[in-house]
Amino acid sequence: MATGEGGGLSIHPMDQFIVKPLFGGTEIAFYTPTNVTLWLAVAVAAIAALFVLGTRAQDVVPGRSQSIAELIYGFIHNMVEEVAGHDGAKFFPYVMTLFLFILSANLVGLIPMSFTTTSHIAVTATLALAVFLAVTIVGFVRKGPAFLAMFWVSSAPLPLRPILAVIELISYFVRPLSHSIRLAGNLMAGHAVLKVFAGFASIALVSPVAIGAMAAIYALELLVAVVQAYVFTILTCVYLRDAVGDAHH
Amino acid sequence: MATEHGAAPAVGMPQLDTTTYANQIFWLAIALVAIYLILTRIALPRIAAVLSERKGTITNDLLMAEELKSKAKAAEAAYNEALAQARAEAGRIVAEARAAIQRDLDAATAKADAEIAAKLAQSEARIAEIRATAADSVVAVATDTAEALVAALGGRADAAMVAAAVAGRIKG
Repeated sequence: MATGEGGGLSIHPMDQFIVKPLFGGTEIAFYTPTNVTLWLAVAVAAIAALFVLGTRAQDVVPGRSQSIAELIYGFIHNMVEEVAGHDGAKFFPYVMTLFLFILSANLVGLIPMSFTTTSHIAVTATLALAVFLAVTIVGFVRKGPAFLAMFWVSSAPLPLRPILAVIELISYFVRPLSHSIRLAGNLMAGHAVLKVFAGFASIALVSPVAIGAMAAIYALELLVAVVQAYVFTILTCVYLRDAVGDAHH
Repeated sequence: MATEHGAAPAVGMPQLDTTTYANQIFWLAIALVAIYLILTRIALPRIAAVLSERKGTITNDLLMAEELKSKAKAAEAAYNEALAQARAEAGRIVAEARAAIQRDLDAATAKADAEIAAKLAQSEARIAEIRATAADSVVAVATDTAEALVAALGGRADAAMVAAAVAGRIKG
């Protein structure tokens, strides 16, 4: 970020991820308002602005913000119907909540000097575990013990089935891990790289290159922010399909 | 800030600092609940209503367009039918007028012919009468002339002989 006392370069790309109390002090209890709180609130406010203020006219011929809201609505609605199946459609509000939260948090995280809540494994793991638990519970409630048939690949030769069952079981429990680390890892890496280039930008010789690279990576990060929100959501729909749809997909 | 910077390298990644997890998860839960309530109470019903209203409007407009189209077609057919009827009517009136004129013309011609024939007959009668009168006059004049000639020559005219001679001459 800046050159140190002795003229040496000291870049702290990870400092942007530090959770700090908002009103001073160092103690962080679970209820302390921190920068996490602030940027979660910004993300929620952005969603409210688009989906409440933007749609308040309720025009038959939509304006700009209403169009965007309707577009996102239609996009997620179709995704839930197509991927999770018709039975999964009742989970649409939850999937929509998840998608909008991740999208909004990723995008406000790209505002310079902001804090990216979705770059924290605690946040993404909570989301992923919530999806994992919801899918497992809904699966057992809907299908009972038949939900376990998902691990017994009936299309495979009989001798292979126990081995496949073990693999399927492991992959099932690895899901929340990959689900959460994919999102947090992508965001954290992108933001850290941005900070590293920002640090190099203080060296006159390479600063034009560094600033050009920052612009390029920023554009890439915008794409990553949207794509990762999409990936997280569509994987949620795929997992939901296991719980509500037919097991063979 | 100094303590924060001092603490960060010790932890390495701030993401692995478990002392902040409870805080993050607590506020995340609040944020998610807030988003869920905003969406389910306000945004999603609103957008669903707008979308279904738009669908209804489009369907209605299409139906109305279809209806107006069929009405226009009916109106065109009625217009064409009226036009054909008017043409037929006009033809009929023309034919009637022509027939009436022909009738009048025929009547007038016949009347004129009859009058002409009557006048012709009258004229012929008068001509015949005049001719007859003229023939009588010729006989009278010839007789008188013959008697006068005979007297002038010193003879005595016999009236019966003269008359016979005149009659013989006129016939010849």
